[in-house]
Amino acid sequence: MRTVALAGLGKTPFGAFPDRDLRSLAAEASRKCLVDSGMTAPQVEAFYLGNFAGPAFVGQNHLAPYIAGEVGLERVPATRFEAACASSGAAFFHAWMAVASGVYDTVLVTGVEKMTSQPTPRVTEILAGAGDLGGEVRAGATFPALFAMIARRHMHEFGTTREHLAAVAVKNHQNGSLNPDAHMRKVITMEQALAGKPVAEPLTVYDCSLVSDGAAAVLLTTLDRARDCPAPPVVVRGLAQTSDQVALDRKESITSFPAVQLAGEKAYRMAGVGPGDIEFAEIHDCFTIAEIIAIEDLGFVAKGEGGPYSAAGHTAFRGQRPVNTSGGLKSKGHPVGATGVAQLCDVALQIRRQAGQRQLEQASLGLAQNLGGSGATAVVTILSAA
Amino acid sequence: MKSGVVYTETVVHSAPEAFLREAPYQIAIITLEGGERLTGRILGDRVAIGSTVTWVEDRAGVPCFRGA
Repeated sequence: MRTVALAGLGKTPFGAFPDRDLRSLAAEASRKCLVDSGMTAPQVEAFYLGNFAGPAFVGQNHLAPYIAGEVGLERVPATRFEAACASSGAAFFHAWMAVASGVYDTVLVTGVEKMTSQPTPRVTEILAGAGDLGGEVRAGATFPALFAMIARRHMHEFGTTREHLAAVAVKNHQNGSLNPDAHMRKVITMEQALAGKPVAEPLTVYDCSLVSDGAAAVLLTTLDRARDCPAPPVVVRGLAQTSDQVALDRKESITSFPAVQLAGEKAYRMAGVGPGDIEFAEIHDCFTIAEIIAIEDLGFVAKGEGGPYSAAGHTAFRGQRPVNTSGGLKSKGHPVGATGVAQLCDVALQIRRQAGQRQLEQASLGLAQNLGGSGATAVVTILSAA
Repeated sequence: MKSGVVYTETVVHSAPEAFLREAPYQIAIITLEGGERLTGRILGDRVAIGSTVTWVEDRAGVPCFRGA
């Protein structure tokens, strides 16, 4: 296996952009990424696209060549990956395999979603398509409802409280307020978070990530080639993709995600590090409870300790292990198919020391965790400086 | 009639298109006698984790339960 590095990063701002279509967002992130890498379109040998529901949100199919053509990638294999909210994490994993194995030297991975052109009840329905349509969804479950049931059970088993959940939202909004590309750059108070309008009890609007438009891209190449690029290379130290049952009622436990635990273990083993070595992380906080469970599943804290650890400020910007310095899906936004690659961009920006106002002092080894559905796909990636 | 125990539950306020007129409504994952779990709708009074419920009917393929 060859050592693979991120040689280019590109992102659009995240938000609601009524005048932008899916293709223009994906093309913007892809072009910015190529410029950042100092490479040109003809040097790219394959295109991997992460997108969850373009066909449902905007009606367009055959998305990978649709975007590749716009970016000037000519006649390369162009393929779309769909794994719910882990779509671009899955695209990244497969792109990494292609470069690590020597099939290609240079590939572009782009994630995109255009969500805000549909009314909220329709968005809710499209997102629910990542659940089990024959069971939980037919009974009336939405994604907030699935994570609400997870939260209820976590509260029951471990004593997690509404205040613990709210602390995650307050922290991520605080971080997002410093991110110029974030969808909602608004600081919120604990009181506001606790008094939010209920979405699915016990979750309120402040526990839920945002419905956003946006795209993100990374250029993967061998570490040797990346050393010749203008930006400092960011090395893929370890990564893994795993899966589990889609339906929540078919999982043995719903207070941890075995797919995340396994992906974490495999990524740590490959990188030759342990959870204690990770200095900072971008975590898939589609809902506040998801961040709490992820930091437990990844071994940052013991099972059941995620709530108190978060409420004590240990995951804050100046805490012992900063989580979601970008603002996370909660404040930065969650254009579903873009999220996995956007997380990698945010970890890489910290390692390159290009994170602006939210730059951490200790940022040489970081982790990104991307989750699909209610834990049915997990991708964990560990990045470091060269 | 089959009965079971509530493993977890939620009251849905923000509903998808198909259930807009029914919101707010309660759904739950029920552990049936024998250990099998399934997701259904709760009719009548709200139930909590640990409540015993009875499977009273199916509506359009959805198992519906009521607190015992």
